[in-house]
Amino acid sequence: MISKDEVKHIASLARIGLDEKEVEKFSHDLSAVLDWIDQLKEVDVEGVEPTAHITGMDNISREDKNREFGNKEGIIKLFPEEKNGYNRVKSVL
Amino acid sequence: MIRELHEKLISGETTSVELTEDYFDRIEKKDKDIFSYLTLTKELALEQAKRADEKIKKGEKIELLEGIPGAIKDNICIAGTRTTAASKILDNYIAPYSATVIEKLNERGAVFLGKTNLDEFAMGSSTENSGYGSTKNPHDLTRVPGGTSGGSTAAVAANLASWALGTDTGGSIRQPASFCGVVGMKPTYGRVSRHGIIAMASSLDQVGPIAKTVEDVAIVLSAISGRDRYDATSAHSQDKNYEDYLTGEVKGMKIGIVKEYLKSLEKNVREKIEKVIEFYKKSGAEIFEIELPYAKYALPAYYIIQPCEVSSNLARYDGIKYGIRIDDHVKSDLQPDQVASTLLENYLDTRQYGFGKETKRRIMLGTYALSSGYYEAYYLRAQKVRTLIKKDFEKAFEKVDLILTPTCPTPAFKLGEKTENPLEMYLSDIFTVTANVSGVPAISVPCGDIKIGDKDLPIGFQLMGKWFDEENLLRAADAYSPR
Repeated sequence: MISKDEVKHIASLARIGLDEKEVEKFSHDLSAVLDWIDQLKEVDVEGVEPTAHITGMDNISREDKNREFGNKEGIIKLFPEEKNGYNRVKSVL
Repeated sequence: MIRELHEKLISGETTSVELTEDYFDRIEKKDKDIFSYLTLTKELALEQAKRADEKIKKGEKIELLEGIPGAIKDNICIAGTRTTAASKILDNYIAPYSATVIEKLNERGAVFLGKTNLDEFAMGSSTENSGYGSTKNPHDLTRVPGGTSGGSTAAVAANLASWALGTDTGGSIRQPASFCGVVGMKPTYGRVSRHGIIAMASSLDQVGPIAKTVEDVAIVLSAISGRDRYDATSAHSQDKNYEDYLTGEVKGMKIGIVKEYLKSLEKNVREKIEKVIEFYKKSGAEIFEIELPYAKYALPAYYIIQPCEVSSNLARYDGIKYGIRIDDHVKSDLQPDQVASTLLENYLDTRQYGFGKETKRRIMLGTYALSSGYYEAYYLRAQKVRTLIKKDFEKAFEKVDLILTPTCPTPAFKLGEKTENPLEMYLSDIFTVTANVSGVPAISVPCGDIKIGDKDLPIGFQLMGKWFDEENLLRAADAYSPR
């Protein structure tokens, strides 16, 4: 049901690199799962509202006030590559 | 067990430091075979234990959990400690903040022994998807402990922790609890804050307690529950001490059974569940047959909703802000084919080598189902089916107070038995997933052993309660004692 080309397309959308063997295996696995999930088509969902929050809460708001996080150093330490307190990445352009 | 340990601390029979050191001794001896812990937090634990001992020495009144050592599933952030979600992609991640449940347990003086193993990013049913190797079932080291909270349940079962935290999105606390012969509970969705929990499927994830007895589970639940302003999905709730509701009485409680579930079981498992039903009948509960006609769609609906939410939640693991980045400055021992030289290659390689197979499978399933043209056919439809499943439960709960089912169709399976075919693995959540899809609280309680070969493998039964009615759920679960 899912072709190898579709798998490559999805993997590119999901930013996950795959080799040929993985493309083959995933095409098989994903097809099997999607076939099984197809049974949901049997259900008559006419007029049914989709569930947004299972215990029915509404949007919550908070005061528009800033708060210090308190551990900026902890965050900076995690940057794979840091320069002068900035997170250094490959060229975006 | 927690209460007994608490009494021993107050009476001076032992100290928290002694208790903690005992646990670390046992961990050193037994955990190389079981592999329940990914990271031990000895320094932190002893600090916490000393603090508890000082309070006791001063004669201050202490909480039930004060000084009592437990384990934390490694998808829950503890500030300053390594938190990996059992993924290579977070191999070097040191959490810069603590989850709300950790802050709450800190307030109660609990001691954290370490972070336990899980399926990578809490996706799986056996802990075999861990990026660091599988935990083994303490009752039979050739079998899985279940998943994804397999490390936590194995630790409690093997006396390597007196309580533990797990997370449950489709059964990930209850199924391993059943496989390991301990009690594990998933609260109502929204009862416990998800702030600081490494998110998987935000509309389904919940943190829950794991322990040897229902009373212990209740004590831990009391400590971690409550509304949290940092979790917009957490619910208004009063502070309760759930352990105060365990009267042992079930007279007049109405318990629902789904006949098809029992019919689908193997004889040896079915007999155990029937014995549990007999027990409740004899104890004065009324047993009713109920129907949950849409419940059979819960598992396929779950395997759309969850991967979709996963594909969104795991987009952040891109090697940019934290974790592993496959780069010319490789800080991990992952071996990409060649060094990434563009930003796109960073993303592709980091996620190719950082994520395990199941994680990739689910991200791709979710990406596909949410992609243009498919959203209505899959995610939207699954959320509508979810509404129908919730309505089934609402109808059932007009008639009964609780629903009794098996936790799993079988006891623990062998390592490697279900890893080839993902679908087969998914099916072990068939009884547990309905509670996540509908949001109700649910608990697994051990109800005996199944003999396979020369091993006795534990099996549990499940009780599901009404939304936000953990008191009655725990009361009924606690009343069950195979005397």
